[in-house]
Amino acid sequence: MARIAIIERKCDRCGACVRHCPFQGLDAENGCPEPNAACRVCGICIKVCPRQAIVRLETKVESVDKSLWRDILVVAEAAGGALHPVSLELIGKAKELAAEVDFRVKVLLIGSGISKLAEELRHYGADEIAVYDDPGLSFFRADAFAACAEDYIKSAKPSVVLVGATSLGRSLAPRLSTRFHTGLTADCTRLEMRANTDLVQIRPAFGGNIMAQIVTPGTRPQFATVRYRVMEAPERCAEPSGAVAVRKIPKAVAASPVRHIRTQPIPPAANISEAEVLVVGGRGLKKQADLEMVQKLAAALGGEWAVSRPLVEKGWATNARQIGLSGRTVRPKLIITCGVSGAIQFAACMNKSERIVAINVDPEAPIFDVAHVAIVGDLYKILPRLLERPEENPT
Amino acid sequence: MDIFVCLKQVPDTNRVQVDETTGVLKRDGVSSKLNPYDLFALETALRLRERHGGKVAVGTMGPPQAEAVVREAYWMGADEGYVFSDRRLGGADVLATSYALSQAIRRAGDFDLILCGKQTTDGDTAQVGPALAEHLDIPHAAWVSNIEVDGDGVAVEQQLQSEVLTAWMPFPCLVTVEQDIYMPRLPSLKAARAVRDRPVAVLNLDAFWDTDPRHYGLSGSATQVERIFPPENDVRRETWAEDGAADRLRAMLEKMGLMKKGGGACGADRDHRAEM
Repeated sequence: MARIAIIERKCDRCGACVRHCPFQGLDAENGCPEPNAACRVCGICIKVCPRQAIVRLETKVESVDKSLWRDILVVAEAAGGALHPVSLELIGKAKELAAEVDFRVKVLLIGSGISKLAEELRHYGADEIAVYDDPGLSFFRADAFAACAEDYIKSAKPSVVLVGATSLGRSLAPRLSTRFHTGLTADCTRLEMRANTDLVQIRPAFGGNIMAQIVTPGTRPQFATVRYRVMEAPERCAEPSGAVAVRKIPKAVAASPVRHIRTQPIPPAANISEAEVLVVGGRGLKKQADLEMVQKLAAALGGEWAVSRPLVEKGWATNARQIGLSGRTVRPKLIITCGVSGAIQFAACMNKSERIVAINVDPEAPIFDVAHVAIVGDLYKILPRLLERPEENPT
Repeated sequence: MDIFVCLKQVPDTNRVQVDETTGVLKRDGVSSKLNPYDLFALETALRLRERHGGKVAVGTMGPPQAEAVVREAYWMGADEGYVFSDRRLGGADVLATSYALSQAIRRAGDFDLILCGKQTTDGDTAQVGPALAEHLDIPHAAWVSNIEVDGDGVAVEQQLQSEVLTAWMPFPCLVTVEQDIYMPRLPSLKAARAVRDRPVAVLNLDAFWDTDPRHYGLSGSATQVERIFPPENDVRRETWAEDGAADRLRAMLEKMGLMKKGGGACGADRDHRAEM
């Protein structure tokens, strides 16, 4: 559904729209033209208006025949010449969901010089890999990427579109879901498929105190973003499967007014999302120098150190080291939290870690609700002893 | 250059209540503040006005009390403000919220640049900005940490995960800004006195181009919250007291192969992948 509206302020009453309308769909009795009941929203008036005073207002489709929308589409990401691992995690999840309702899994890859990556994607069990490969897609422009995704979604009609909740994905997904007048659920932590193909989307809501179960009952596709390290990555299969479909580039890519100026790679830094062992400092640390204990333990375990939000606010660490809804999600094999109270915004972003050891003096600290090993004690007594060198070790 | 800054009034606390029948957040009776991320968008707008002239308009969708955040923006230096307030706009998801904002902003004027904070502290989705740009059919850039006017558009530095991407977009366009773009100024008491009588325009749905209430609020939303529940918790846990905890932890780490017997670390420097 859509309708035509005239921006009164811009209109100079030239009458071009009224004259050109094939349906007598515009009245201009009171000066500024107004669409009447005969308007078919054909858009000719928009094209003929010399002042760009006419716009098409889109409104949502009331209901949809769900049986026309099949399969699950994963929007893969190829930033900096490599596949983002969240794309593989989403393919793994998509396969599980697809099996419930006999859907296929399709993958969309947009970029420039990405044929090798498309081949690599064939090893994760998708049924089709659609590729938009063009020099005009060598850098991320939401309008150009959205045009490609729109082109593919219109032809493939997927029931579900999964997008990684990366910077790129979170910029692209809302444009796309809005273009299709449908729902988008951000940062889902659990996804389930119903027999009627409604996707059950569960995410922490309202600051993370509560989980919300969300559905998109009347529209398709159902868009959801999922953070990196929330779903499990599938095993790579040695045998490739599925076909690579190279798609024609929509005209909107060349027409995009967005121009590239430069791309600067961010120097590889410690990446807490990738670490298998994490030691985390929280508010229980009394001064910045004490963070060194956390760093030392992390180094001793061959892992990385991270912090909770209060320490970033104090300026002791950068946001890149922060675990939480306003930082990163982690899923290491081992995480040791030191003096972290474990507000749900923090816990929701680390509670899938394989083993969680929490040290906190407060036996009521919420971190103990997610911990496998709850150490009720003073980190100032425990960490120094743990860090003692062998020769200093009294045993 | 005329700039519109989107503001949102958010609960001052994370202890919020949810209406159990509709699944909609109850906002009555909770103290509110301006979404802190919006301060960076407002500051960016004020700096651009200082350099390039024009006006800074601000607007927020919410109950009539949301006027408070517009007043706060006046104290910082905004020129004009709007509250888009209508019961029929309530309970909106990303689609309906961004649609209502697009309608309201079209009514408020003709802007070269629309600025948003990167996200809100209550919804945390970061989706409304790009969705609004789509409704307005203008280009957008998200996660912007630097913005320079360049001819008939802006050069923006976008913080993507593995790279900083600088691109140019023509006006009109929409930008969501990171919190490191500019340090927000403090509201000025002097300004507060000067703008005490400055009106805040209140627009309701009848002022929009599309006055069909079915396109807004709960009924215009594509998503539905089916149920709200506390986070699940079925962890098998053991609790250790402080005494001896360090030694037990050491034994556990040794068993996992992360520490050598006696305390030395055996984790070699690992090859960390570039941040993605």
